[in-house]
Amino acid sequence: MSKRVKLRIWRGDSKTGALKDVEVEANEGEVVLDVIHRVQATQMGDLAVRWNCKAGKCGSCSMEINGKPRLACMTQVANFEEGETITITPLRAFPVIKDLVTDVSFNYKKAMEVDSFTPPAGLKAGEVRMAQVDVERSQEFRKCIECFLCQDTCHVIRDHEENKKSFAGPRFFIRLAELDMHPLDILKNRKQKAQAEHGLGMCNITKCCTEVCPEHIKITDNAIIPMKERVVDVKYDPVRWLGSKIRKREGIV
Amino acid sequence: MSEKIPMERHNYDVLVIGAGGAGLRAAVEAREAGLRVAIICKSLFGKAHTVMAEGGIAASMGNVNDKDGWQVHFRDTMRGGKFLNHYRMAELHAKEAPDRVWELELWGALFDRTGEGKISQRNFGGHEYPRLAHVGDRTGLELIRTMQQKIVAMQQQDKKEHGDAESYLKVFAEVTITEVLKESGKVTGAYGYRRENGNELLFEAPAVILATGGVGKTFKITSNSWEGTGDGHALALKAGGNLVDMEFLQFHPTGMVWPPSVRGILVTESVRGEGGVLTNTTGERFMFKYIPDVFKDKYADNEAEADRWYLDQDNNRRPPELLPRDEVARAINAEVKAGRGSPHGGVFLDVSKRIPAEVIKKRLPSMWHQFYELAGVDITKEPMEVGPTCHYVMGGVEVDPDTAAAIGVPGLYAAGEVAGGMHGSNRLGGNSLSDLLVFGRRAGAGAVEYVKGCQSVKVSDASIKDAAERIAAPFKRTGGENPYTLHQELQEITHNLVGIIRTKSELQDAIEKIAAIRKRIENVAVSGDRLFNPGFHLSFDLDNMLLVAESTAKSAIVREESRGGHTRDDFPVMDPKWRSQNNISSFNGKEVVVKQQKLPKMPNELFDLFDIDELEKYLSKEELPNNAGVRS
Repeated sequence: MSKRVKLRIWRGDSKTGALKDVEVEANEGEVVLDVIHRVQATQMGDLAVRWNCKAGKCGSCSMEINGKPRLACMTQVANFEEGETITITPLRAFPVIKDLVTDVSFNYKKAMEVDSFTPPAGLKAGEVRMAQVDVERSQEFRKCIECFLCQDTCHVIRDHEENKKSFAGPRFFIRLAELDMHPLDILKNRKQKAQAEHGLGMCNITKCCTEVCPEHIKITDNAIIPMKERVVDVKYDPVRWLGSKIRKREGIV
Repeated sequence: MSEKIPMERHNYDVLVIGAGGAGLRAAVEAREAGLRVAIICKSLFGKAHTVMAEGGIAASMGNVNDKDGWQVHFRDTMRGGKFLNHYRMAELHAKEAPDRVWELELWGALFDRTGEGKISQRNFGGHEYPRLAHVGDRTGLELIRTMQQKIVAMQQQDKKEHGDAESYLKVFAEVTITEVLKESGKVTGAYGYRRENGNELLFEAPAVILATGGVGKTFKITSNSWEGTGDGHALALKAGGNLVDMEFLQFHPTGMVWPPSVRGILVTESVRGEGGVLTNTTGERFMFKYIPDVFKDKYADNEAEADRWYLDQDNNRRPPELLPRDEVARAINAEVKAGRGSPHGGVFLDVSKRIPAEVIKKRLPSMWHQFYELAGVDITKEPMEVGPTCHYVMGGVEVDPDTAAAIGVPGLYAAGEVAGGMHGSNRLGGNSLSDLLVFGRRAGAGAVEYVKGCQSVKVSDASIKDAAERIAAPFKRTGGENPYTLHQELQEITHNLVGIIRTKSELQDAIEKIAAIRKRIENVAVSGDRLFNPGFHLSFDLDNMLLVAESTAKSAIVREESRGGHTRDDFPVMDPKWRSQNNISSFNGKEVVVKQQKLPKMPNELFDLFDIDELEKYLSKEELPNNAGVRS
């Protein structure tokens, strides 16, 4: 059963652009990425869109659909009202390259700034023992498919280019939390660095990131808030603050 | 387009084309040996098709059943491939897989654990013991992220030591390589363009490692992402390399069949490993009817025994749902053809009756999610509808097993899905992720050894000019063919004529039709300019897919038997004559030519790992060495 749907797609480049109206066939069960592909194959051969797996596993087809950051491959056309125009625009937090494709290199730069996983010296292959319950906390964050929708929606950087320098964003707060909770990681100062170098303090817990996460990772509740709480513990508890100064401890576990 | 296209020139020791598991593992190996390495990603870093692997990574660590060992893994792999595997690749793979998995842990991977805190291992089709290390049903994501983060860790180290994170190891994201370059018979680098803006890139490098993955996008129904366009297969052919056994394509038995837009998306084999059963529309658990003679002693022929196996694997035979993938795919195909299929042309796969809802959500989270979001099916309450989908190509670049060097092209290497031989006629689930790491590492090491003996290389201006002209060509044509239309036509041909069941007349038809499309692609014209232009990108992918499809069809028509991922309606059984033959494809500049080549002979100590009764099912008397194999 196919029907016509109305799309309004942003077309342009880094300098200029505009919304263009198109109508296209949509079949039962199709997702927004399907109809974008049909537009591409039949009406706009050079319409730029990123995608890879079309199964919600790779996080490539991130865009804004009626203003909401979403994966186009996981957004059913049937979810929209009959006759409703579906507006499709590129991620707003990142510079446009062309049409629906943005320059997400910000995220790769931030990834480079997070201290890598650091196991204890002398750890031998095959001898690692960890309990399931201990790996599960970090496993939740490792579900991240790096679609960067959380980065896109985060109001600290969404309309504030000036904050990008000092703010890593939710994607990297869960990376920091993952490493902080990793049973084999020995760096003790990850929470402090999150605060001092990655801008954890700029987050004011509006939970927008959690709402858009296609993997349903509880970014705010399970990563950001626990890190914030423990940073605050150290920073504002006078005894622990003094302790950390006197003994020059790198951090508090 | 008269303006001058900018061209960047880069110089590296090793160029790795492909940033999935194999490419990244190769890059780590080469960088650790002190070389300067460039990694080419066709998409963004971390999006490679590896990310879609679900079930796990096969390695005989013996964490769940300590009877497991490399010999058992080797046996299972050879059986799964119906003895057409390159024995040496299967041997190296089985021996080295555990080290590759353990090494991932030291780089930060977090696998699911056993009660003792070791890496947990799950059952999978064709594996005698629980063997697949896994993270729920997102093992590929864990692998790619771990490798990606390992690359970043090495770059951070380089920054500390050399002041520049990218001085020794650089990732070039969203780049298409259009050509592997050679001078005087040896590899000198590669040429390509940035997908973002069409600017061209020249890489001068004495060693090039192909790690480009598979060919699924040649087919209409596939589990593969858009990147699976056979780039490395085609680059190798054009550079003078060979492809081995391209007729063998794995149709994964369980892809989604409904709704149409998700047709082909993978439903992990773990669903069956965890206890999922296949039924037809009459409610019959049909797999019991499809156990081939060669597997009768390993698989239960009744439901009671099959069900007991989940609790006691030592005293019961395995459920037939866990037969190798080619067997299950053919069985599903036969049930649907016989009119016993589900409403949307598949069969039913059900876990809801055997496993509690919360356990399903924990062990198969992305399957639950995928069916709920895309098909409106709650797999904890109702069955899934599934059917075969083009998943993996066993055929690939002919390589030397120990070094992954492409035969016939000094300086060229291939690892992972793009390489052939390892899996024979059919790959076992879980053997792909381990293949990526084992042979990715070996390709890296092979390239390191090769580069040590090389002078610096120089690409001639004439080669650069030719390569640049080929990239510019689609823009110079007007009013020509639409690349999207040609791609769809090719997919129809492969789906209808070179699919899961094949016959001579259809294959002949396919070969003619593919040749006709090849003529037409010389006329492909693209609209717009070089700025992130998908039509432009597709015109190069299409060229690669056509070469691959031609190689597959031409190999399939000469192999007059049915084995693994190649089923001939007109030659329905295995023929021992063909057991010892590889089909070798090469490219003469105009078309693909296929010839036969004898398989290398397995040494006696590997023959001795098998029961002689089993060997006799596959091998002719003359092939069996005297006294080889054990008589039970």
